[in-house]
Amino acid sequence: MQLSLSAKIIVVTGLVIILVLAVIAIFAPLIAPYDPTIGELSERLKPPCWQEGGSRDHILGTDTLGRDVLSRLIYGTRTSLTVAVIAILIAGSIGSLLGITAGYLGGWVDTVIMRLTDLAFSFPTILLALVLAFVLGPSFFNIILVISLVLWVEYARMARGEALKIRGMDYVALAQVAGCSKIRIMLRHILPNVASSLIVLATLQVGMVIVLESSLSFLGVGVPPPDPDWGSMVAGGRSYIFSAWWLSAVPGVAIVITVLSFNLLGDTLTEYINPSLRRQGGW
Amino acid sequence: MTEAVLETKDIKKYFPVIKGILFSKTTGWVKAVDGVDLYIGTGETLGLVGESGCGKTTIAKLLLMLEKLTDGSIIFRGRDLKEFTREDVRQYRKSVQAVFQNPLSSLDPRMKVGSIISEPLIVDRTLDRKGVKDRVTTVLEAVGLDPRSAKAYPQEFSGGQKQRIAIARALASDPQLIILDEPISSQDVSIRAQLMNLLKDLQDSMGVSFLFIAHDLATVRYLSDRINVMYLGKIVECTNREDLYTNPLHPYTKALLSASLPHDPDSRREGDVLSGEVPSPLNPPTGCRFHTRCSQAMPECSQTDPVFKEVQPGHSVACLLYQ
Repeated sequence: MQLSLSAKIIVVTGLVIILVLAVIAIFAPLIAPYDPTIGELSERLKPPCWQEGGSRDHILGTDTLGRDVLSRLIYGTRTSLTVAVIAILIAGSIGSLLGITAGYLGGWVDTVIMRLTDLAFSFPTILLALVLAFVLGPSFFNIILVISLVLWVEYARMARGEALKIRGMDYVALAQVAGCSKIRIMLRHILPNVASSLIVLATLQVGMVIVLESSLSFLGVGVPPPDPDWGSMVAGGRSYIFSAWWLSAVPGVAIVITVLSFNLLGDTLTEYINPSLRRQGGW
Repeated sequence: MTEAVLETKDIKKYFPVIKGILFSKTTGWVKAVDGVDLYIGTGETLGLVGESGCGKTTIAKLLLMLEKLTDGSIIFRGRDLKEFTREDVRQYRKSVQAVFQNPLSSLDPRMKVGSIISEPLIVDRTLDRKGVKDRVTTVLEAVGLDPRSAKAYPQEFSGGQKQRIAIARALASDPQLIILDEPISSQDVSIRAQLMNLLKDLQDSMGVSFLFIAHDLATVRYLSDRINVMYLGKIVECTNREDLYTNPLHPYTKALLSASLPHDPDSRREGDVLSGEVPSPLNPPTGCRFHTRCSQAMPECSQTDPVFKEVQPGHSVACLLYQ
């Protein structure tokens, strides 16, 4: 299938933004002008440079503790992308393996795994996160754990559906005839044929994970302070929304742009690899 | 007849029909295969012919151990499959291979041709890497493909070439029996002839036995030594190739023969053309299963189930006309 010109422009734009974000995340200490955790109280609540009272020293202004907003934003990219990538890797691998097992083996294994996904689906995410944060204390790893617990279900369901379809193919029967074990059939035949759909799902979910992670941080059960994070930055600026709008707006815009570029990439990939997954409505 | 590679004795496969969601119960049985005896000799080709839905593919699946027998026994080289140990099953997997109808579905699109062909050898683990590679080259050459094809994906080949790849894979483990389930039905006519010649050459050079399953008598004619005609889960006629085409006994065989295209396009067609559909195997007709569509049906045909027996030397038939 050939992509249309507009689709190409969209996908290239998305990819460029994602690459820039990745570079920012990796080289954060080199790019950020200030230490994101140390502020100077004399410099507090300076507006961005283009506003009256702003200065070139702090391009995007400073927060209530005099910390540079740009530096915090740059380090926050690191947090958001790391959480998204690790959570999706964990949830994706566990969910896919469970889904393939359920779809290929069928029977009671299928029933057990699918009831498990129903259970996981019925859990309110935020509540689960609050409980876990309360029990384990907020930390970087807990937030990954919570997000993975929520995310694996999607992968399990999709992998199961695809595995059910591929189970009926003749090459699976022939693999059995050749004497392949069930594990070999699942890893060598079913997984590679399911992978493209799962990769598309992963791209589409990056945006969702970033929003989820920001929401958890906004509620105070995400990445603990003083580590910078987009969600907690939005939360921190909430009380000053009328006097210092940039505190919430700057990280908010960062979330929107990141999520948008991942979704654009995911949607185009979907269309390219597996049109049957296409979302209703579209963009 | 040569010594048997594989025999079946009165094999049956019934699929349950389950109704209800909460309190499900079996309300009936689909008798897909209902008491079939087959005999496949060493280096011989046995043809199996019947309309779609008559149970041909179920027989293939039973022989390939993809489905469990409901009753009866499959005997491989004199031993019943039911008594097989793990090691025996491993050997059986090596000795019995298959080629299916649709190469699009039988070749994994994510595997290279070399991996597809070598899979039975890699799972078996008796050959080392070098040995596996050499074997892949040998079988690719045997089916008339360039050994360099091993590095390509199946999508890069035409339909006929794909089926050659499927045949190469079936040959890789040097099997004694290959089950060909409509191997040429999805190909166009010129490719069919090539594939049939290829299969015949391979059989002559390797001494492998074939069970050739097809839905029309024309395709099995070229390859088969003996032919079984199947109707609704049962064998209705079995004889050698020449005899079947010159002296068909069962009305169903006659009807199938008259349905195939004559060699001379100007010759007048004789015999009856089958009307109607195959009855449901869920609720087969009483007596002879064919009586509902038979042009020579007699009143007792709907009462008495005919016995399958030898009526002429080497020629067995299940029909009341000959009993």
